[in-house]
Amino acid sequence: MHDEQTPSMDRREALKVLAAAAACASIADGLAPTVADAQRPVQITRRPAKGAAPVASKSGPRGTPTDPDLITPKSPWPRVLSAGELLTLAALCDMIIPADAHSPAASTVGVPAYIDEYVSAPYEWAEIARVRVRGGLVWLDVESDRRFSKTFTALTAAQKGQICDDICFYPKAKPEHRPGARFFGEIRNLTQSGFYTSEAGMKDLQYVGNVPLAKWDGPPPDVLRKLGLA
Amino acid sequence: MLTTGPYQERSTVVQASPKSQTNYDVIVVGSGAGGGMAAYQLAVSGLKVLVLEAGRTYDPVRETPMFRLPRQAPLLGAGTRHKPFGFYDATVDGGWEVPGEPYTNAPGTDFRWWRARMLGGRTNHWGRISLRMGEYDFKPKSRDGLGADWPMTYGDMAPYYDRTEMLIGVFGGDDDLENTPASSPGVLQPAPAPRATELLTKKHAAPLGIPVIPAHLAIMTQRQNADVLPKRIHPDNPLAQRVLAQSMRERQACLWATPCGWGCSVKANFQSTTVLLPPALMTGNVDIVADAMVRDVMVDATGKATGVHYIDKATRTDRQVTARVVVLAASACESARIMLNSKSALFPDGVSNSSGLVGKYLMDTVGAGLGGQIPMLENLPPHNTDGASGMHMYVPWWKYKEQAAGKLDFARGYHIEFGGGRGMPGAGFMGNLDTFTAGAYGTTLKEEARRYYGSFMYFDGRGEMIPNEDSFCELDPNVVDQWGIPVLRFHWKWSEHETRQAAHMQKTFAEMITAMGGKVTGTVQTDGAKAIAAGGQIIHEVGTCRMGTDPKTSVLNGYGQSWDVKNLFVADGSVFVSNADKNPTLSILALAWRTCDHIIAEMQRGNI
Repeated sequence: MHDEQTPSMDRREALKVLAAAAACASIADGLAPTVADAQRPVQITRRPAKGAAPVASKSGPRGTPTDPDLITPKSPWPRVLSAGELLTLAALCDMIIPADAHSPAASTVGVPAYIDEYVSAPYEWAEIARVRVRGGLVWLDVESDRRFSKTFTALTAAQKGQICDDICFYPKAKPEHRPGARFFGEIRNLTQSGFYTSEAGMKDLQYVGNVPLAKWDGPPPDVLRKLGLA
Repeated sequence: MLTTGPYQERSTVVQASPKSQTNYDVIVVGSGAGGGMAAYQLAVSGLKVLVLEAGRTYDPVRETPMFRLPRQAPLLGAGTRHKPFGFYDATVDGGWEVPGEPYTNAPGTDFRWWRARMLGGRTNHWGRISLRMGEYDFKPKSRDGLGADWPMTYGDMAPYYDRTEMLIGVFGGDDDLENTPASSPGVLQPAPAPRATELLTKKHAAPLGIPVIPAHLAIMTQRQNADVLPKRIHPDNPLAQRVLAQSMRERQACLWATPCGWGCSVKANFQSTTVLLPPALMTGNVDIVADAMVRDVMVDATGKATGVHYIDKATRTDRQVTARVVVLAASACESARIMLNSKSALFPDGVSNSSGLVGKYLMDTVGAGLGGQIPMLENLPPHNTDGASGMHMYVPWWKYKEQAAGKLDFARGYHIEFGGGRGMPGAGFMGNLDTFTAGAYGTTLKEEARRYYGSFMYFDGRGEMIPNEDSFCELDPNVVDQWGIPVLRFHWKWSEHETRQAAHMQKTFAEMITAMGGKVTGTVQTDGAKAIAAGGQIIHEVGTCRMGTDPKTSVLNGYGQSWDVKNLFVADGSVFVSNADKNPTLSILALAWRTCDHIIAEMQRGNI
């Protein structure tokens, strides 16, 4: 290939990857050489720059939607939800995933911002979700006002729970609550995604992967015993 | 660092204007499995090779998002139409849509054509599943009267499979089952220890008579022995031994994290860009031009190929390069497209198309899947299930006897890919949890998530499609892409063999899930037409320029050589005569190697 990559860029990129690896390597003791080796910059296509200047396609990602920078990701589209909508959303997300002894509430790990990113995305499905979510947020306030003469964020936890109980399971929702149940189901899915991909959420589930290992051992004995496989 | 010693002076820059370069021996169109293998094999034999790649350059060492997390990506890394397999998927400018490069479907057809416009093509993201075709797979028509036989036997191909597996690094077991052949001793790397879900499936599938054995994946569980393997692979070729040894020394073993589909910066799995192109370039015999979209094959008045025309995407200008031999390895449909677009007075229907069969007998893999929730897997002690990212075990087709006895209502078979466990949470995480918890929210949801996490499994069938007259591609007379090149129009039809097979998959998966004490999470389709994936969706499209023994009923001879144009070869999935349930990449690699041996021999004999 005809793109000349400067060593300094290689090194910088390699260090970035290495740093990311180290950040994730909770059991990396003794693995440093493997990772360092692994990230050693190796050029597959470096060629002496003699003769005519090469016609180069620019090296690396072009930053288009089909060729984004995977090492330094960006989520470039403008967000559509208002500050008020985000507050109502946060209150609902925290009803779905509140703080408990294991982990914090959804709003404290950026779930409303993720939902904003989701409904603002430049895709057709996002346009549909945007209508449903924004409409649902209005419905939530209207319903809160009808029942308690307050907005959703101003309700007590018990009052919020009364509304959520009516819309938390579509198959059992009363006909008049079905649009609310669709909305709640969508927000619950998005909240689960946002929360369980966060550091706190992964820890809550005790996800222990994404670490470099020197060797692969298969499941530990207690797992095998529990499954009747020991 | 790649070019040392006597080879250095031959490693010149890629030509600014390859028009001025006149001394290439071979032009290879495409840089994926077939093109990468061709570039490597021809270069180590001393031939001067020009590789033309329609996409951009790509360097997995710098560009692979190792250890990245969903939360660092837009939309938590979810797939979009721009990145169908997720944000971090290695594919560049690809998927079922490529910007500016459309294709069309005939009325009633919903074929999906996957492409990857990048150096290395789709080898950067593929599933790494590397199953050999077996003895039956090369002679399907002789066994059941359907489709066509290959012009070679498994015995002809076995040495190429052995060498390919040693070259790229494949793990697997030593099972030697009916039509599921073992590799020669010392060829495969050790299979990784099975995960809990895999052991559990094996135990509960056994009473159903369903075998669960180590999968074969092109992932290195240990480093290759660079002192031994190159000599075994290339016994009489010092140049090949040297560059391959160096390339092997630059590869690490799997570090058991980061999905293979994102690529691998440590070169632990097979990608053309980490395994074939580096040693090919080390010879100094290879130039690669990226963003070079080949339009047609040029022929002279005697009917010999003289080179190709391509569009330089950066300048949007037409270029031509010449060589003694042209090898098309642009992917099954793209190679057919190039041949159909290569019209001349001698070849009015496209080059190498005197049979009229270019584009015909397009096949994909039969795909159907089912999920299950397995209560035994709830509340398991936390443990890492990442492994080699792909499956460690699988189910090979096991019903040969029932089929021979006429007990099945379809021909040919499928294998089962399955998995589950405590994988990294991503977008859509446990999206069906509410159906198990009657809509739980609040602290109950958090408790239920802990309980159910890791208890879901999936089962996917991958089966053989029999080639038929109604599944093919042709040029669309009305549509060109942004490079002015006429595009493909697809026609597609499954036969009852495929739809019944998909229904059989559904029934089998439900039985397996039930045997494990689990509950199916979707709908078990009894109508296979509802279960089967759309044509092209499994991304195993092959056929279109099939090999054979008769120029009237095939496009190529048994070495991938055009019947009509002696110095034109094809070295990708388009040469396939049938599409066994064995994922095609390993066979594409082995066939491309064999084709290169033939090219070299024919050139030495002065025949081309």
